[in-house]
Amino acid sequence: MLKNRAASCNAPLVSESFLGDVLQLSCAALLLLAIVPPAQGVWPLPQSLSSSAERYPLSPREFNFLYGKGSAVQPGCTVLDTAFKRYFRITFSGYSGGKPLTVNKQPGCVSPDGLWCGSAPLAALVVNVHKGGCDGFPDLNSREDYKLSIADGLGSLSAVSVWGALRGLETFSQLVYQDQEGTYYINKTDVVDFPRFPHRGLLLDTSRHYLPVRSILETLDAMAYNKFNVFHWHIVDDPSFPYQSPTFPNLSSMGAFHPQTHIYTMSDVKQVIEHARLWGIRVIPEFDTPGHTQSWGKGQPGLLTACYKGSVPSGTFGPVNPMLNTSYQFMSMLFNEISSVFPDSYLHLGGDEVNFACWKSNPDIQQFMKKMGFGTDYRKLESFYIENLVRIVTALNKNSLVWQEVFDNAVKVPADTVVHVWKGNKEQYSQEMSSVTAGGFKVLLSAPWYLNVINYGQDWMEAYKVEPLGFNGTAEQKKLVMGGEACMWGEYVDATNLTPRLWPRAGAVGERLWSDEAQTSNLDTAYDRLAEFRCRLLRRGIRAQPLFVGYCDHEYERI
Amino acid sequence: MALIKLAVLFLAASVCLCSKHKSEKVPKLVNSQYGSLWPLPQSAQISVSAFQLSRSSFQIVHAPKSSAGPRCYLLGEAFRRYFEYTFGYSKRLNKDRKQSGAGTEVSELQVLITSSEPQCDGFPSVSSDESYQLTVDQPTAVLTAPEVWGALRGLETFSQLVYKDEYGTLHINKSEIKDFPRFNHRGILLDSSRHFLPLKVILANLDAMAMNKYNVFHWHIVDDQSFPYQSSLFPELSKEGSYHPYTHVYTPADVKMVIEYARMRGIRVISEFDTPGHTQSWGLGQKGLLTPCYSGEKPSGTFGPVNPILNSTYDFMTQFFKEVSSVFPDAYIHLGGDEVDFSCWKSNPDIQKFMEQQGFGTDYSKLESYYIQRILDIVTGTKKGYMIWQEVFDNGVKLKPDTVVEVWMGNALEEELHNVTSAGYTTILSAPWYLDYISYGQDWQKYYKVEPLSFKGTDAQKKLVIGGEACLWGEFVDATNLTPRLWPRASAVAERLWSHKDVRDTDDAYSRLSQHRCRMVQRGIPAEPLFVGHCDYEYRGL
Repeated sequence: MLKNRAASCNAPLVSESFLGDVLQLSCAALLLLAIVPPAQGVWPLPQSLSSSAERYPLSPREFNFLYGKGSAVQPGCTVLDTAFKRYFRITFSGYSGGKPLTVNKQPGCVSPDGLWCGSAPLAALVVNVHKGGCDGFPDLNSREDYKLSIADGLGSLSAVSVWGALRGLETFSQLVYQDQEGTYYINKTDVVDFPRFPHRGLLLDTSRHYLPVRSILETLDAMAYNKFNVFHWHIVDDPSFPYQSPTFPNLSSMGAFHPQTHIYTMSDVKQVIEHARLWGIRVIPEFDTPGHTQSWGKGQPGLLTACYKGSVPSGTFGPVNPMLNTSYQFMSMLFNEISSVFPDSYLHLGGDEVNFACWKSNPDIQQFMKKMGFGTDYRKLESFYIENLVRIVTALNKNSLVWQEVFDNAVKVPADTVVHVWKGNKEQYSQEMSSVTAGGFKVLLSAPWYLNVINYGQDWMEAYKVEPLGFNGTAEQKKLVMGGEACMWGEYVDATNLTPRLWPRAGAVGERLWSDEAQTSNLDTAYDRLAEFRCRLLRRGIRAQPLFVGYCDHEYERI
Repeated sequence: MALIKLAVLFLAASVCLCSKHKSEKVPKLVNSQYGSLWPLPQSAQISVSAFQLSRSSFQIVHAPKSSAGPRCYLLGEAFRRYFEYTFGYSKRLNKDRKQSGAGTEVSELQVLITSSEPQCDGFPSVSSDESYQLTVDQPTAVLTAPEVWGALRGLETFSQLVYKDEYGTLHINKSEIKDFPRFNHRGILLDSSRHFLPLKVILANLDAMAMNKYNVFHWHIVDDQSFPYQSSLFPELSKEGSYHPYTHVYTPADVKMVIEYARMRGIRVISEFDTPGHTQSWGLGQKGLLTPCYSGEKPSGTFGPVNPILNSTYDFMTQFFKEVSSVFPDAYIHLGGDEVDFSCWKSNPDIQKFMEQQGFGTDYSKLESYYIQRILDIVTGTKKGYMIWQEVFDNGVKLKPDTVVEVWMGNALEEELHNVTSAGYTTILSAPWYLDYISYGQDWQKYYKVEPLSFKGTDAQKKLVIGGEACLWGEFVDATNLTPRLWPRASAVAERLWSHKDVRDTDDAYSRLSQHRCRMVQRGIPAEPLFVGHCDYEYRGL
């Protein structure tokens, strides 16, 4: 029994009842150890995977990724050329060019465990992509399905698009393992795979703490290992404005934590977008308005509403001032820039948590309310603002993502707007999913996946057990669920702790959004695969924290 | 790739997120008059006049009259370390506190050791003198301490007084500091059994401990899950009991390195070899040591605690603890003694017979006491003192008067402290400081607000509380997340154990601690943020 947990057999420190339950369980349980066999799991689990004990060695000296003869993309395809290089390194992590492959060539030799020991090596993985296009960006409709077959010493991967090929390469890399002697093997395997949801996102918040570009790039790597395909970049917010805008340079020079060291230059942003593209990941920026904009006000005087104390301005500011034409002129110019910097067809417009107190205090706003016939319903004012903003964005040929309040407040938005559900417990968010989809809107789920909220114990399980289609609704309604996003808000997170806090917890969300629900309902088998996968992440240099007691062959060796 | 799996999986909490960005009580960010000092010295007078420091001319040197000189390698190393810290990180103290004209400069910090035995080659102990006095003036600042241990603490304080102005020039204000710890035992427990902790991680955390004036590394080195300590006498223990006999062990050289690295920072290393429970991994390399459990009349194949009825057990323990007591120089060994599960003992017919013979009836805590008593005798024979978890005291085992009882159970905490001290034993407190229990938000405040002496008792009883320990148990912690999870949360405990009991202003603490955590980040320690904000130099060790 474990001292600190059995601690709570006597219920010290911890009064939360859930912990009590957990602790009683563990108090009653003996320590059972089980060795997990090597390379049994792919994370997230493919839709269909069959494998046999027959296995083929791989020689890092001889192995190649090759373009198939009939493939629509050929050498020179940036996405796959880069991916081949990356996946060679990942597949043979630990390989330093040393020892040549030794294969027992005796014909008919069968090893005691029933495995062929004389199988010919797997010399190559041949990749066939049916549709050209290596220089574009992934989007909501990208085909990510692929087929992977390893048989008779031949590896073949076929996909409709390069994005599907990337997913297949990831799966391939996870199927390769090393035996005790260090020889690389892959078993005879057939995989037919495709994502359950097309939008599998991760939100990072670079406003509450600045995240160095390296942290973002590393997160994109880990996202690809988990088959995430959307980086939701909550780039600015109240505390700081790190996005350096060429049109409005004062926004970051006044609004960032530091105008030189805590900003994202245009070249940083481009680097992030390109790095993401090469992993098949979309970058959706969020410029949240009209609330969450304190930092905007520093570099753009007059943008925010002046709050009043009695009949005089108090010196503090509230949300964006929705009654001034200058506000919309500014937004129009800024979003014009943003929509050319960020190639994705979606922009996240935020729209959450607008505090009405400041608007209410301002006499000009009060007058405007009267003039517009809004009465005292400030939601109408909010709607007025959002509708104007959406009009601006629509004119730029972009689609909008908005937080759920925009829907809740009955703002008129275009039919293809995606509503992002983030509030409440299971009952509440399920209800919201029902209402949003009944309204005919596409929807994204984040409410159960706020990974910034931490707890003692294996909280990945809660994230894993979520069923995004578990709400009441017709089949048509369920089709409107685009997927979901794991959110890592930045109050307590910066470069020091981001990675271990995200991984492998976000992996639970990754599998929920990619894999078949019925095949991924067992927590025990998920534990085995996820624990193994987190060791793989370590091997790839990702500082993923442990699920529970145990070890990896190669521990994280840095500080 | 082998992995250990627990059969019983956790139920986790379902959390209601009622707001995206939970509004909670966040301390005001005031500008502390004490700058970034952490933990706060017992007395600090910082004047408004400031002097400059120049990287090219500043030196840390032995004072002419110091009883320590160039042969004091411990201080020599510390001078270099603190020179690098000082000229690496610096944070402005306060805009309006600087009134210096150019040309006033501190060019020297003289370190004066006054005791005739400066302890340069010694090991720190529970009675080491960590007091120091620091006078910052131009052109010479003087740090006076009876022993090197106080000098180490004073060097840390000196480095914390230095700050950079907007032109990058380093400054230090004229100051007078008189300082000493409130408690002598200020420890961090790390658990290298549930997850193996690579040496580098342990060493980095010893650095961080020194930055926070901690002075005890409680090394919970082995437990059920693995036995990474490589014993010279019983090499099978780690060969069979570690996660991997080469990559997941501490060799004698590793252990020596940890002890020496800690010594150089004035930190004691107290090893814990917890018995008779928590010993599953011992059984793998030492056959016959653990009690065979029975299922009905037959052995079930599983094992329980150490077998307390065999002479061979005590022969083994005698030899083993003889080794341990020579490997670890500290005067104390932690013997554990917690959470002994009686069900296996109860199932075993030989044990039952022994119980009868000894007249223990069915009171298995008597058997436990019997075992512990003999272990204590064995350890006493090695001339070591011992620390034990509170159950040993609770079960009425006879203890030496200088035994240290570690109180870790949160229920009836004050009552336990009262009982332990009224029985005359010294005690340390870790119950409120289990840092492995994480939660959302600024939990450092909870650790900070603890008052170790709030229990009912006489002054004499309160004197028996010699300190406390922050514990980071290893179920969910390894090299990937240990350091950010520990710091700066453990810093809160550090100030509680070092500073005056009246230092309790969380706003002031928040201001100093935010800066202190940025300083740790600058020094290469990935200490996590307290709340929204930034450091001038963010963590780069990705």
